[in-house]
Amino acid sequence: MPTVTITVNGNTVSRAVEGRTLLVHFLREQLGLTGTHVGCDTSQCGACVVLVDGRSIKSCTMLAAQADGREVTTIEGLAAADGTLHPMQAAFRQHHGLQYGFCTPGMVMSAVELARTTPHLTEQAVRDGLEGNICRCTGYHNIVKAILAGAEAMQVEPVAQAAE
Amino acid sequence: MRDDIPTGIASEISGGAGVEQRHDSARKHVTGQARYIDDLPEPAGLLHVQLGLSARAHARILALDLDAVRSAPGVVAVFTAADIPGANDIGCMLRDDEPLFATDTVRYHGQPLFAVAAETRAQARFAVTRARIDYQDQEPVIDLTRARAAATRVWPPMTLARGDAAAAIAAAPRRLSGRLRIGGQEHFYLEGQIALAIPGEDDEVTVLSSTQHPSEVQHIVAHILNVADNAVTVEVRRMGGAFGGKETQANLFAAATALVAKATGRAAKLRPDRDDDMAITGKRHDFEVDYTVGFDDDGMIQGVSYLFAARCGFAADLSGPVTDRALFHCDNGYYYDAVTASSDPLMTNTVSNTAFRGFGGPQGMVAAERVIEEVAFALGLDPLTVRKRNFYGTTSRNVTPYHQVVEDNILPELVAELEHSADYAGRRAAIRAANAASPWLRRGIALTPVKFGIAFTATAYNQAGALIHIYKDGSIHLNHGGTEMGQGLYTKVAQIVAAEFQVDIERIRITATTTGKVPNTSATAASSGTDLNGKAAQQAAQTLKARLVAFAAASGGVSEDDVVFLPNRVRIGARETPFATLVSQAYLARVPLSATGFYRTPKIHWDRAVGHGRPFLYFVYGAAISEVTVDTLTGEYRVDRVDILHDCGRSLNPAIDRGQIEGGFVQGMGWLTTEELWWDSAGRLRTHAPSTYKIPACGDRPAVFNVRMIEGRPNREDTVFRSKAVGEPPLMLAISVLHALSDAIASVGDHRLCPRLDPPATPEAVLAAIESVRQRTGPPPEP
Repeated sequence: MPTVTITVNGNTVSRAVEGRTLLVHFLREQLGLTGTHVGCDTSQCGACVVLVDGRSIKSCTMLAAQADGREVTTIEGLAAADGTLHPMQAAFRQHHGLQYGFCTPGMVMSAVELARTTPHLTEQAVRDGLEGNICRCTGYHNIVKAILAGAEAMQVEPVAQAAE
Repeated sequence: MRDDIPTGIASEISGGAGVEQRHDSARKHVTGQARYIDDLPEPAGLLHVQLGLSARAHARILALDLDAVRSAPGVVAVFTAADIPGANDIGCMLRDDEPLFATDTVRYHGQPLFAVAAETRAQARFAVTRARIDYQDQEPVIDLTRARAAATRVWPPMTLARGDAAAAIAAAPRRLSGRLRIGGQEHFYLEGQIALAIPGEDDEVTVLSSTQHPSEVQHIVAHILNVADNAVTVEVRRMGGAFGGKETQANLFAAATALVAKATGRAAKLRPDRDDDMAITGKRHDFEVDYTVGFDDDGMIQGVSYLFAARCGFAADLSGPVTDRALFHCDNGYYYDAVTASSDPLMTNTVSNTAFRGFGGPQGMVAAERVIEEVAFALGLDPLTVRKRNFYGTTSRNVTPYHQVVEDNILPELVAELEHSADYAGRRAAIRAANAASPWLRRGIALTPVKFGIAFTATAYNQAGALIHIYKDGSIHLNHGGTEMGQGLYTKVAQIVAAEFQVDIERIRITATTTGKVPNTSATAASSGTDLNGKAAQQAAQTLKARLVAFAAASGGVSEDDVVFLPNRVRIGARETPFATLVSQAYLARVPLSATGFYRTPKIHWDRAVGHGRPFLYFVYGAAISEVTVDTLTGEYRVDRVDILHDCGRSLNPAIDRGQIEGGFVQGMGWLTTEELWWDSAGRLRTHAPSTYKIPACGDRPAVFNVRMIEGRPNREDTVFRSKAVGEPPLMLAISVLHALSDAIASVGDHRLCPRLDPPATPEAVLAAIESVRQRTGPPPEP
């Protein structure tokens, strides 16, 4: 079995994996990072979204081998080491952007990338940007609200961190 | 007195009843720490289970050759019906019509025939494909046309009747008839079905099941294993969605894992692939509704008759109660002077349809609204005018088809408030004017009301239990029979307990639902989770509080009236003691600090045989205005604006309740618009994945979405803090989208013809309705 070396949430790990191992199974089963969920098994629901080199990827549509040598951030790697929530996490919590929560990790990860790559995030951009993440509970209303608020907080946050 | 409060003690608790307390697991959800069953650390030696499914909708099994399955890599054991020690029946009605594994005959495409337990999930998935099955095909009954001809029922039909409907219709100045087809709906819970069974000593087994009904799973597992209920413990901390799809449908997966676990002595987990999940499990019932209505020139309904034929699938499951509830809601908010409504729960060779948010009620209501629309078009009236004229009264015209008096009707005021605040009349006029100048893009608007009955119609289900411990450090352990599926039940019940004890909600530990703590629970369903479990928990808290009061009064030498629970402390006469201090003192004085609570819903009774009674404690009301734009050349459309005014009584948690309203509306909109289940003539579900089955995405939600709760309307009945149930009713607010689409379509024919738009109103269906209206009215206008 080939060995892959991936930096996951800042820690570099090397594991022997079967060639067909999907990134999502690598994360969940080998590393125990079960916040990344499998919803539909067919790369449509977005519950398994993680960031690979900062880009959102459905981790059930990528082989672990394809992530070799790259940096992966999962939902578990988003908050600060002291437990302080990432602004997007805080916004989802604050704005009730979740009900049963199964889609939440993927939503948050997609939202982080969307906020980072879209300078002035609009309601329409959030609608379009979330096309690959489905939620069956909330009707998306509070999710959109949370993402807009989270994106705004992310604009402010780097300044605050720099000042510390 | 205020001077006596030590500094640092808040004057109000956090998380009491009525506040916008965040979901108890919110932080865990946003950090990925909330564990669903598939996220739990796997027990050593865990076996992975997969099911072998029928590739025919109706066939005799001539041979089931599993040799190649047994010899596939990693396979530890293979199970068929012959390996079941108890009864081969997982049906919730225990009618022996729903086997865990089919034996001589398969009755739907996707029906489980056997299970494989292997070392890995991939090995189990591979192994099930190795089976060689010889089928002798039988003629399948797939659609309702065939089902009505075959007339095999899974449950006895019911009829509701008041007055002489046939005579009233015959005597009415006008009458009309029609047929409406209403599609089903896949639950599409994001967390699919899953169970994990851990074998115990002797005949014991613990099953972690993603279920709304742990007590039923317990009973079914015991039945399959041929052990007593007390040998089986079923636990669920949370579900990643359910919507009715885990009220009975979890039974199969739990039973299969328990069987494997007890036979092999190893823990066993079963998470079907999403496609298998959609093929195996039941869905919302699709219906054909035949209606005849007699009415006068003002649009007053004088008599109406309905026949609700439902595709129930191969087994009874909950089809009896579901079709009953369709009848209970065929009046929606309207008074029928004379009415006959009958159900026809028909057997088909498809998945056994089951509970889904609204439980037949939405289909009943869609039929009621179609009749209103037909009457309005026949008379050239605004459908809203006809709606308002037929609303239930308050002191007269207030008896339902099941002879329950509507005592709490607020629909006329609620609708008037929404109509005014969202400027229905002005917008309708503007839309008509805009349409006149727009040949192809047509807008439509509609206001539809909701009146939904609250309580299980099976009276025995309206009971709940709770268990509260207070530990001697003052921390509180809360347990009850309700399950958490994202709806915020755990949070709301904790708020109720916090309010009773006047302690911060953070002091309360919310614990997983388990049959080992609260027995004989009902499904968390029928919107009743908070009504039932909240009251039970409140009662347990009150029992403990009474003991603490008695102790405090005795030890303080004051009367019990002089013991008052203040935020996080207790005033005993002139002295104040922190809550935790009082608890530790009570422990030392040997006061029992654990109590159960129990609640049974008062007033309700129902006699199905005669169609008489009071099945519901109260009604929830609401109304929505939807506005849409339709491209009449393609049938595509968008929902531009939605205004909702909804009744939550005195809301226990406005943020959670608003979330239920928004989410329920969008889910209902999906059911009535884009979600189409498609079985081919061989009975194969061809929409078995999100690639082909379209639930609403973020871009589908209304561009403008105004949601308000009606204020100053506490529940007239003695519910917990005068709140109202919120789970199901908002789904039916989405009927306004269907009627707004219909309004836009009708503009093509100058609003002279009722488009008779059947749900789901997919773009294809909308286009077909447009073409039909055009053909019936003459050539299209010149562009």
